[in-house]
Amino acid sequence: MDPIIASYLPSLFMGTTITLSVALVSLAIASVLGLAGAMARLSSVAWIRRVATAYTTIVRGVPDLVLMLLLYFGGQRALNAILAACCPGTTVDLDPFIAGTLTIGFVYGAYLGETFRGAYLAIPSGQVEAARACGMRETQVFRRVTGPLMLRHALPALSNNWLVMLKSTAIISVIGLPDLMQRASQAAGATRQPFVFYALAALVYLAITTVSELVLRALQSRLRTSALEVHL
Amino acid sequence: MNPDLLLDNAGLFGRAILVTLGLLAASLLAGGALALPLAVLRNSRRPWISGTIWCFTYIIRGTPLLVQLFVVYYGLAQFEGVRASLLWPALKSAWVCAVLAMAINTCAYTTEMIAGAIRALPTGEIEAAHAIGMSAWQRLHRVILPLALRRSIPAYSNEAVMMLHGTSLASVVTLVDITGAARDVNSRYYLPFESFLTAAVLYLSITFVLLAGFRRAEKRWLAPLKARA
Repeated sequence: MDPIIASYLPSLFMGTTITLSVALVSLAIASVLGLAGAMARLSSVAWIRRVATAYTTIVRGVPDLVLMLLLYFGGQRALNAILAACCPGTTVDLDPFIAGTLTIGFVYGAYLGETFRGAYLAIPSGQVEAARACGMRETQVFRRVTGPLMLRHALPALSNNWLVMLKSTAIISVIGLPDLMQRASQAAGATRQPFVFYALAALVYLAITTVSELVLRALQSRLRTSALEVHL
Repeated sequence: MNPDLLLDNAGLFGRAILVTLGLLAASLLAGGALALPLAVLRNSRRPWISGTIWCFTYIIRGTPLLVQLFVVYYGLAQFEGVRASLLWPALKSAWVCAVLAMAINTCAYTTEMIAGAIRALPTGEIEAAHAIGMSAWQRLHRVILPLALRRSIPAYSNEAVMMLHGTSLASVVTLVDITGAARDVNSRYYLPFESFLTAAVLYLSITFVLLAGFRRAEKRWLAPLKARA
């Protein structure tokens, strides 16, 4: 391999770990928001349902890049305005990792909310009734019965969302986080070999999505067979 | 909030809306036109044809649009041959590169979508076309494609909205689309809420118009199909 290209591989590897951690942290945020969103959509209180509907509508109608720039620049301004009010003279820079993961988590939380809601509605009501009849408390019903069943129903859509989310983490490079994309840009600029480095970055993304897909497919078929055994 | 600022920049945002809509229309048209034959060939019985197309869609669907955009916009210029070619005046333009990258991207997703719709067609309809003696070409353009395309409308509306969101990446390669205008205004006046909320409202309105259009299309072309079934 060309020694110049090889000298940038450690940097690209570091960028890949950042991309993966952005994706995993965003997934955690999205799962929490998604569960909350699903519960809100299923709520019997009208205004809570309306807030949840507004959340999904906004996320589906506005590009994630715009939301990210809004949160990054707007959040910074708001933070500094608060700081200026309480302790004058201090300023703070919002971390692109925080702004980025919050945005991606917020966006995919809306999609996961729809996924979880569908998964919850797919659970036969007899399962919940049986659990209650056994004397389980509501938290126990969720942990032992509805939670695991929901996960099983949600897994196909969850896998799909993970893949889309993983790819959309690339936009974090726009607000300056040194992820895989940003490192590829640095190398491309320094070596004047943009095609090589962007193609390399593409290959890394492709490898991550391929491995994710294989793992998730294996997981899905595993859970499917055990589901069959339960029904038999 | 500062309403004067928005009035001062109304012209900028107005032009930006046209850029966004132009990018969206050009990439959807080019990508969709290319996706039609690819979707048919994707279901070819010859493995090297369907396999090659699968390979193309797999690579595009497995990588971020931003990377694809950078490969086209920055990457192609690395090669002397590209810079010496007749296409270079076009490939130098950020607009052409953005449309090219987005058209390739939407083409891959649309190909798989229509190919899936073709595979899912009820066999009876195609058998009926066979039975009354239609040729392969007649079956394709009178039966298979009309039915598959109608059934793809709901999924395609999602793809169109995703592409609208995708056009915002054009601002990264210097184009002044809606996102680009908002970034411009923000960097000049440091008013993030005013500029990006304006952009968000504009995108939200375009999304609603798009979705309303697709709902009408569904009513016109898909609903009759369901009523008969």
